[in-house]
Amino acid sequence: MRKNGFGELPMTVLSPVRSIFRAVVSTVVPEADKLGEPGWRELETLVETTLQNRPRAVHRQLRLFIRTIQWLPVFRYGRRFTSLSAEQRMQVLCYLQDHCVEVIRCGFWGVRTLALLGYYGRPEAVQATGYAADPRGWEALR
Amino acid sequence: MTRRSYDVVIVGSGAGGGTVAQELSSLCRDGVRIAVLEKGPKLRAEEFTGRELEMAQVLYEDGGGFLNAERIMTLAFGSTYGGSTAVYTGTSLLPPEHVLQRWNVPNCTFADVEPRARKFMTENNVHFLEDKWINENNRLFVEGCRQLGYRAQQFPVNLKGCRGSSLCNLGCPNQAKQGTDRVQLPRAERNGVEVITRCEALRIGEKTIFARVHAKPHGGKGEPSPWQAGDYQIDAKVIVVCAGAVNSPALLLRSRMGRGLPRLGCGFTCHPAIIMVAEHGRAITNFVGHPKSFYLDQFAQSDRFLLETCMYFPFITAKAMAGFGEEHSRFMRAFPRLQMILVLACDEVNAHNRVTVDGSGRPVVHYRCTPEVMRSLVRGAITSAKIFFAAGAVRVHLPVARFATIERTEVERLHQIAEHPDFKPGKISISAAHLQGGCAMGRGPADSVTDGFGRVHGIPWLFVADSSLFPNSLEINPYLTIMALADRVAETIHKDVHALL
Repeated sequence: MRKNGFGELPMTVLSPVRSIFRAVVSTVVPEADKLGEPGWRELETLVETTLQNRPRAVHRQLRLFIRTIQWLPVFRYGRRFTSLSAEQRMQVLCYLQDHCVEVIRCGFWGVRTLALLGYYGRPEAVQATGYAADPRGWEALR
Repeated sequence: MTRRSYDVVIVGSGAGGGTVAQELSSLCRDGVRIAVLEKGPKLRAEEFTGRELEMAQVLYEDGGGFLNAERIMTLAFGSTYGGSTAVYTGTSLLPPEHVLQRWNVPNCTFADVEPRARKFMTENNVHFLEDKWINENNRLFVEGCRQLGYRAQQFPVNLKGCRGSSLCNLGCPNQAKQGTDRVQLPRAERNGVEVITRCEALRIGEKTIFARVHAKPHGGKGEPSPWQAGDYQIDAKVIVVCAGAVNSPALLLRSRMGRGLPRLGCGFTCHPAIIMVAEHGRAITNFVGHPKSFYLDQFAQSDRFLLETCMYFPFITAKAMAGFGEEHSRFMRAFPRLQMILVLACDEVNAHNRVTVDGSGRPVVHYRCTPEVMRSLVRGAITSAKIFFAAGAVRVHLPVARFATIERTEVERLHQIAEHPDFKPGKISISAAHLQGGCAMGRGPADSVTDGFGRVHGIPWLFVADSSLFPNSLEINPYLTIMALADRVAETIHKDVHALL
């Protein structure tokens, strides 16, 4: 295990871009700002588990796209994504989501999907939505 | 490599494979050896927890996140004992007569297919749910349709002892859904058919299948495979490929059959779908009760879309909605007040949309939404929004709009959105679960892969029996039709048994 600025976390798909990914997640799901370190680790473990069976090329593309998110705002704001205000971050991600080039929209869709998977894959987040399906079905309502 | 020998090997255990296994299982009494190779695991009853990511990971190919080559759509298909019949909602519709006429496949007539589908309606306990088990998510759909003068219809479903967990798409935790995993496969096994789980068919040779059995992952769900992990060469006098519309053409392509069968992989359709979400002013029963009890097909011919009730899980719902940030979160926090409708486009065979394999043999699905499909999804989304508001929703999430949230006070915006939709592939989450085509039935190699009985052109011992046989979109939920076609394939093998075995 190597140190990477986040204590003793394993070097994984996300680790080289972890701070940027966290900034993206907090923009996609504003409530993520309230997550403590254990919550972030849970979220990232879910994302890493999903990614582990994907080809290495996909891992590289994901990291490249996240790095693009980090550096793209330099042209507009003169600062990197992680240094922007919440509103500016929203604008950057909206720009990518609505981009005229399909492959860029798809890239953002992939990052957004992973952010949502990590956040809403956690039991705490599910509970916060009020979703409470129960295998007992109607019986559980009584 | 370990060598095994069978008379009949069936690849896949879903609606097609499970049916063929059952229908041929009577041959076991005469000493015929039959094996089903299933890539996924067989789970124990107590392992169906209903937890979204955990179950999706173990029951679906790529955890339910199989992406098409253009990365604009996710394809959901089961990879477990029972295939997709373990993860669907049990909706069981008879094949439409006009579709079979349009397919125009020799010997494959409505008069022949429909009675077979009815046989499985009886066998798999297909019936209408009693009114008392219909939840408000479904009732509001019916009410909204009624207000607008639309004719919502009830889905016949194949349930027995349903407790209303709403978790059908994550594998029923109460084993109430009567898929092939509950009906046809257990019966086939009792009659002597062997089901080899965790067994991936790699390629087909001359009356041989090369397969790989995977070990159960440490701490993973499901029973271990009855065979030791490793590579196998399985000799068979008859091979029936029932691996679904993605994996069946991919298996034949990996087996280098594409040269003699130029239509192999072509003609892929999938009913691309978007999930619509609306918020009511009060909590409704939505994540309890059967999730998919009603549908609306009156626009299938004119506007090429279907609407179905649905209720998905938090991550899928979050993914399905366009956008992000506070507005997105507000809908998510309103989960107990959410109503959902699934919009499905009736897509058509298109030259671009097909299945190929990459350099390592993995299936690649090429699919682009045509302007017609996009138009159908937009019209379906607008119609859904009208139904939501007619049912009393206070706001609707409309992913085809530039600004996706439509308040009740802004209903007139729907007309503008219909005129100028903001449908951008890659921005909108499109998914598909009715995967069809790729090994189409037809007259000869120039227009198809198999004949009207699923026999691959020019290869008398090789059959296909799943949704990949469809020459074009079925326009409805496909399971009963798959079972009816698989029944025809099994009957053909039965009739020809002396020549084949």
